Amino acid sequence: MKILVTVKEVSTVEDEFEIEGTEIADQYLGADLNEWDDYAIEEAVQLQEDGIADEVVTVTIGPEECEQTIRQALAKGADRAVRVWDDSLEGVDLLDVNAKTEILSAVIEAEDPDLVLSGVQAGDDSFAATGVSVAENLGFQWGAVVNHLEHDLEEGVASVRRELEGGVEELTELELPAVLTIQTGINEPRYASLRGIRQAQRKELDVKALADIGVDESTIESELDLTAMYEPESESDATFWEGSADETASELGELLRDKGVAQ
Amino acid sequence: MTDVLAVTDHRRGDLRDVSYEIITAGRELADETGGDLHLAVISGTVDDFADKLNRDGVDAIHTVSHGEEFNHDVYTQAITQLYDDLAPQYVLTPNSVNGLDYAPAVANQLDLPVVTDTIDLETDGETLVATREMYGGKVETTNELEGEAVVTIRSAEWPQAEGTGDASIEAFDADIDEDAIGSTVSGFEEVGGGDVDISEAELLVSIGRGIEEEENLDLIRDLADALGATLSSSRPIVDNGWLPKNRQVGQSGKVVTPDVYIAIGISGAVQHVAGMKGSDTIVAINTDPNAPIMDIADYAIVDDLFDVVPELIDEFEG
Repeated sequence: MKILVTVKEVSTVEDEFEIEGTEIADQYLGADLNEWDDYAIEEAVQLQEDGIADEVVTVTIGPEECEQTIRQALAKGADRAVRVWDDSLEGVDLLDVNAKTEILSAVIEAEDPDLVLSGVQAGDDSFAATGVSVAENLGFQWGAVVNHLEHDLEEGVASVRRELEGGVEELTELELPAVLTIQTGINEPRYASLRGIRQAQRKELDVKALADIGVDESTIESELDLTAMYEPESESDATFWEGSADETASELGELLRDKGVAQ
Repeated sequence: MTDVLAVTDHRRGDLRDVSYEIITAGRELADETGGDLHLAVISGTVDDFADKLNRDGVDAIHTVSHGEEFNHDVYTQAITQLYDDLAPQYVLTPNSVNGLDYAPAVANQLDLPVVTDTIDLETDGETLVATREMYGGKVETTNELEGEAVVTIRSAEWPQAEGTGDASIEAFDADIDEDAIGSTVSGFEEVGGGDVDISEAELLVSIGRGIEEEENLDLIRDLADALGATLSSSRPIVDNGWLPKNRQVGQSGKVVTPDVYIAIGISGAVQHVAGMKGSDTIVAINTDPNAPIMDIADYAIVDDLFDVVPELIDEFEG
C-alpha cells in the first residue's frame, strides 16, 4: 500500500519578539518541521518497515526555503517528496483551510494513496482542520486526533484510537482509503541518521506549480483575512519572588509550610 | 438577521460543559443583528438532552435521534441537512476532539470557510470578526470573513448559559444515508489508571518541557520525595515516554485540584491549563516571565529550574 504524509514547515517564535503589522518580525522567527507531522512521518515509516507500506510520499505546500525541512522527512525514511508552490501564494498572510484542501486534494488524487497521515494541527496557525476537510473533499474516510493505529490490509480497515478529552479514548474502525490526523505521543519520532541524511539528498523532490496539479488560482483564494496580530495582554497578578535561587526557593519553602502541604 | 445553528457535545450519556458555553456564544452572535439561536442535539438520549439545554436565549432545539454515541458521518449529514433547512449564517461547533472530527467536513460539504479554535466572535451581520491564537498562544489575531461560515469555539472561553428557556423542541427528520457511514465506533477506554491518582494529591510537583532531558527527571523526583509531593507533568513529558499517561495533567489527561500546584518548566498551553486551573495555589518556576502560565500563577519564580530546584531540595532535606 501507499501512504502519503502531509508535511509542513512551521514558523517558530522566540520568547521575546516584535510584531510588524500582521506578522512577527523576521528576525524573531525560525523554521522547523511541524511537531505533529513528525509523528505522522514516523508512523508511516514504521508501517513501511513492518512491510505494510510499499511507498511513503510526502507532500508540502511551501516555497523553496522549506526544502531543508522536507529533506528531514526524507532522511527519516520517506521515499520521495512533492512540494507545491506558486507565485500566487507569495505574500499570502494566512492560507486558509479551503485553499490548503484544494491543493492537497489535487496532489492526493494524482498520487492515489491508500492512507493519508497528517498532523492534528500545525504549530503556527493551529487550524487543526485540513486533514478532515481533505478527506471529505476526496470522499475518503477520516479520523481526527488519532493516537493509535492498527491496520488490517486484507480487510481494508484501519482500527484507530482517538484521544478524547479527560483521559478517554474512542476505538473506531475506518474503511480505507482514509485520512488520519495524528496526535503527538502515538510513537517516538526518530532522529535522522547520518546515513539517512546522505540518502535524502538523492531522493526525488518534485516541485509543482498550481497549474501542474490542475488547480486554478481563483479556487484557492483565502476567504479568511488576517486583520490584526498582537500580544495577548498579560493578566498576571502573580507575586513574583525576586532574588537568588536560594532566596526564591526559601520563599517557596515558607509558602509550602504555611499551607501545611510539606514539612 | 444573523441566525446561528450551534451544535452541542455529549459523551456516554452526559452533555459536556461546552454545550452550555456554545449557547452563550451563539446567543451573543445572534443578538448582534437580532437573529435566532438554533441548537442541534444529535444522537444519544436527545429528548433528555434537549430538556437540559432549554436555557435562556435558545429559540429552537432540533433533535436528531440516531445511534447512541458520536459518529462523524451521522453528525456531518445531520448538520448539513439542518443547514439547508434553517439557512443560518453561522454554524457553531465546539472545538472539541469531536468538533474537529466533523466541523471541517461540514464546511467543505457546504462550501463554506471554516475558522477554528476561536476565543471571541463579533458580527455586523455581514462580516464575522473571529479572534484566535497562533504560535502556541504567543499572539492573538483577528480574522475577518464575509458571509456564512463554520466556526469552532474553544471551551471555557464563554460562560455557561443558565436559566430556563422557552425554546421550541422539535425532532428533525434527518435522512441519514447508512451506506455513507464508513466509520464505526466500537467502544471507549479509560487510559492510564495506574498506581497513582494525581487527582487526589494535595501537593503536585509538575514538570514540562523545561526539563530538557529524561535524566534530569531524577532531580524532580528528588524534589517530590523531599516535599512528600506527587509527581505529575504536562503532555510533552508523557509523549516522550518519560512518565506514564496517568501522570498527565490537562485536557486529554487528568483534571487536578491540589492545594498547591508547582509548575516547573511548564509554559502553560491552554490544554494544560484546562487541567490544573482549579488548583488552590499555583506556583510557576520558569525562565520566561511572559509565559502563559504566569497569567494564572499566584506566585512565580523567574529563574532556571536547575538552580532553584536543588536549593528547594536542600531546604527540605538539609
